[in-house]
Amino acid sequence: MIRVVVQEAPFDFGAEAAAFARGRTDLGAIVTFSGIVRDVADGLSVMEIEHYPGMTEKALEKIAAEAEARWSLGEVLVIHRHGRLEAGEQIMMVATASRHRKHAFEAAEFLMDYLKSRAPFWKKEHTEAGTGWVDATEEDEAALKRW
Amino acid sequence: MDVLYFAWVRERIGLPKERIETQAATVADLIAELKAREARYEAAFADLSALRVAVDQELTDFDASIAGAREVAFFPPMTGG
Repeated sequence: MIRVVVQEAPFDFGAEAAAFARGRTDLGAIVTFSGIVRDVADGLSVMEIEHYPGMTEKALEKIAAEAEARWSLGEVLVIHRHGRLEAGEQIMMVATASRHRKHAFEAAEFLMDYLKSRAPFWKKEHTEAGTGWVDATEEDEAALKRW
Repeated sequence: MDVLYFAWVRERIGLPKERIETQAATVADLIAELKAREARYEAAFADLSALRVAVDQELTDFDASIAGAREVAFFPPMTGG
């Protein structure tokens, strides 16, 4: 089962992780990852995340479905926030559940690599030095090639 | 059709969305039309390698057809996660 959530409001990572795949006694491995707004230059005040409503949800569902097709997963969760976030806030999380850990770990990494450069989000940093859009990196693009 | 702009493309063109009547057959034709309009479009579309396009919310290429499309969106490479 795939669950994709795109929202501006904070989410409760602990509660989400605890509820994820609860009761699925057939799934022996759960991997969770959460991304935090990093203080990039000792002066990041705000990270602004823009997205493409409609396409964002579709793209995330497509990426999650691709993960389900490649690995044996019982449950997949993707939560991604948008709007204005401060350093230290949680931006997003993914969770995967499988019978065995290898599938859960690999699928979680795959989800992260793909949602970094194939889901329509754009980050803008507001620091003391000014404001600027975060550039995509060649590493992000190269990360897709291993899958 | 609706043409949408995100991130710095939106800022450079100065609006998030506009309705455009066009006979353009492909994304590239539409870009050529837009560039011919005004300097701000010319500036936004100057370097296509810095842009990505989605037609009806699916990522695609600049030579993709836009016949019958409801929505075309232009934006820089994505930075999620």
